[in-house]
Amino acid sequence: MTDTARTSTPSAAAAKHLKRRRAADGRFRYYGLIAILAALGALAVLVLTIGSQALSAATYHVVRYDVTLDPAVIAPEGANRPADIARNVDGFYGLVRDNLLETFPEAESDRVSRRELSDFVTRLAVLPTAKMIANSPELVGGDIAMTAPLNDDLDLYLKGQGVRERKIKAGQITAVAADGQAGYRVTGAGAFDALMAGLAVANVGRAKGAAQVDVLLTAGVSTGRLTDITSGSARLELLTGKAADFSNSRPAARIIVSPEAERTISDRQIAWVLALKEMGRVERVPRWTLLTNSDSTYPELAGGLAAIVGSLLTMLVTAMVAMPIGILAAVYLEEFAPRNRVTEFFEVNINNLAAVPSIVFGLLGAALYINFLGMPRSAPLVGGLVLALMTFPVVIIASRAALKAVPPSVRSGALAVGASQMQTVFHHVVPLAAPGILTGAILGMARALGETAPLLLIGMVAFVGDVPSGPTDESTVMPVLIFSWSNNAERAWEPLTSAMIVILLAFLLLMNGLVVFLRRKYERRW
Amino acid sequence: MDTGQGTAMIDDSLTLPRAAEAAPRIDCRNIKVYYGQAQAIHDVSMTFPDRAVTALIGPSGCGKSTFLRCLNRMNDTIENCRVEGEILMDGENINDADIDPVLLRSRVGMVFQKPNPFPKSIYDNIAYGPRIHGLANGREDLDAIVEKSLRRAGLWEEVKDRLTAPGTSLSGGQQQRLCIARAIAVQPEVILMDEPCSALDPIATARIEELIDELRNRYCIVIVTHSMQQAARVSQRTAFFHLGHVVELGDTNQIFTNPREKRTEDYITGRFG
Ligand SMILES: Nc1ncnc2c1ncn2[C@@H]1O[C@H](COP(=O)(O)OP(=O)(O)OP(=O)(O)O)[C@@H](O)[C@H]1O
Ligand SMILES: [Mg+2]
Repeated sequence: MTDTARTSTPSAAAAKHLKRRRAADGRFRYYGLIAILAALGALAVLVLTIGSQALSAATYHVVRYDVTLDPAVIAPEGANRPADIARNVDGFYGLVRDNLLETFPEAESDRVSRRELSDFVTRLAVLPTAKMIANSPELVGGDIAMTAPLNDDLDLYLKGQGVRERKIKAGQITAVAADGQAGYRVTGAGAFDALMAGLAVANVGRAKGAAQVDVLLTAGVSTGRLTDITSGSARLELLTGKAADFSNSRPAARIIVSPEAERTISDRQIAWVLALKEMGRVERVPRWTLLTNSDSTYPELAGGLAAIVGSLLTMLVTAMVAMPIGILAAVYLEEFAPRNRVTEFFEVNINNLAAVPSIVFGLLGAALYINFLGMPRSAPLVGGLVLALMTFPVVIIASRAALKAVPPSVRSGALAVGASQMQTVFHHVVPLAAPGILTGAILGMARALGETAPLLLIGMVAFVGDVPSGPTDESTVMPVLIFSWSNNAERAWEPLTSAMIVILLAFLLLMNGLVVFLRRKYERRW
Repeated sequence: MDTGQGTAMIDDSLTLPRAAEAAPRIDCRNIKVYYGQAQAIHDVSMTFPDRAVTALIGPSGCGKSTFLRCLNRMNDTIENCRVEGEILMDGENINDADIDPVLLRSRVGMVFQKPNPFPKSIYDNIAYGPRIHGLANGREDLDAIVEKSLRRAGLWEEVKDRLTAPGTSLSGGQQQRLCIARAIAVQPEVILMDEPCSALDPIATARIEELIDELRNRYCIVIVTHSMQQAARVSQRTAFFHLGHVVELGDTNQIFTNPREKRTEDYITGRFG
């Protein structure tokens, strides 16, 4: 090559080559950008879907019941000690049901209505009130305003989920008259024009003879079902309240698209809940019970406390087993062990262990801990040990990497002033590697925290209604609870599952935050 | 730039009683070093006098560092490295099984090519050695050792106000002097230096050289260097290594002005290496 070949004005061939290289550079950058955008997009979709679902489960509706604590019901003779009161679900539930029947006397008429009304509250929902009264028995005999969560389906309805409906304002009603067939005729010039237009839209695509959409008309606390709708008049079948409420009013009409037979709530229940809302007895409040209640078969009562405590206990066992074993093994292998066939064999197998699917550890745990050693099933102790098996190879690998990253000059510096090997390792090498070791350990723990499969195999999937008080109690963990909830059929579980996922993610974020904090703290020192 | 500013205040309490002036501090007999199958040092015999600087020079890869590491048994920490032969220190073979390398290394300090202060405070860098060897009784004693060592390394005036600052926050030359102070703090008898100035600029190098010149009054110093000028400036004796052999050993003056061996002359005058 001659000297002239390397000037700042390149030859044609060199220019072409240069251009190709630049294009390759640009392309690569472009691919990288696409990859990052794709990852961010996926993350955004995840956060948005789960987050919005979880947000709807973050609040729920509670209903206020103004009841008189009749001692004969709450604390009858012979069962009036605080412990009895706390357990008197029937008594308190009776108060609530009577209060509802008083509010909506029309439900007395038949059994179906009574059941539909008593569905508003699940029996167990009165337990907190019972406990509260048991703690302050002086309230017995007085009046209190007790609240209880609304049935999950009605809660979803009030949140605008579960039942598809369209609200249309009706025109001025001028007359309401009984039609002699247990119904009323409501009239008003052009009052239902908008409603009819809406109905036409709702019925598009509906097969002839298919179930008709329901139309409810609400004025104040009164609601009725509309049929025979024409521009200026319709037949009203009163569900709750008084017909008089409709005269000279501009009621709200609801086109309820799903037919009553396909819904979990009836027209009557919708009428009642709208009335309760109109009376100001329904309130949307933050759902702290998600953190303070344990699992329940009723979504409005279910919470994650037992699972959170179970997770913490399990993690405690995992940490106490996996961290010391993993870290000490790593220190030994990296700093003390001679390099020979035996240690090589160990190394290879530890790496293999880290790649074993987690469910295999579950099988191993079930066979070893439960069948062979006779430890209790479903207990955080066994779960923690299984997860420790799974975690400690990760801890070893991360710790070894961190130890390897400590510059050899630190070791020789310490050895040269006469430190023994152990002093060198524990005074100089391990402190320097500590942030890395802790990072590895905590990330391993975070992985264990989100693990489901191996815990299913050791029976941690059982329904647990009580907070475990120790590592040998029956328990479940957060990811398994999510798994069980997501298997439930009722719609209300869906947002609850998302909310539980968010709680789990919050714990994971907390752990990752801890990693960042520890790194900062240690690295700031030097 | 006066490294000697602290020396006037130093008493002699740190120096240990010495063997007779004439006897060599270290006497190496028939040293052979192997890395696995490969032999890096071939049958080297030489002595190191007390209170003098001996320079080891030679082309890269000739085994200077390997030989230096024999003197404080740092080769023990290297996988597959094997040392044969006798190294007598005050008449005692340091390769004997009953010699504790940890104790030996407190008697034979070492300074490395790249400054390697501990990632701890300046104070702790110096105090670490005395602490683990139990050389100080009480905090005041330790403070005194730290100050003395730093003064002797000519670093006291620069760091006395920030002893709690990390050692790694110092400049390269200061770090190297910190490492020298660290080596001095455990009251060694011998100081080994493996190219202590190769990472430093000429001014920092000059300071270290002044320092070595002062330390010569108390210690037996062995220094590996690639700089002929440095060897000529700081050492009294020079050994020229080539391919694992000592080609020539003698007074520095004689080696540089009147080498007996052709290879030595070629190396010194830059004709190979
Ligand atoms: N850890 C080791 N394992 C195997 N061989 C080694 C090791 N350290 C050094 N050697 C070999 O021993 C010989 C001497 O190396 P040494 O480091 O002592 O040379 P040196 O004279 O200090 O060189 P330099 O001036 O470049 O530092 C070289 O051939 C080198 O390849
Ligand atoms: Mg070397």
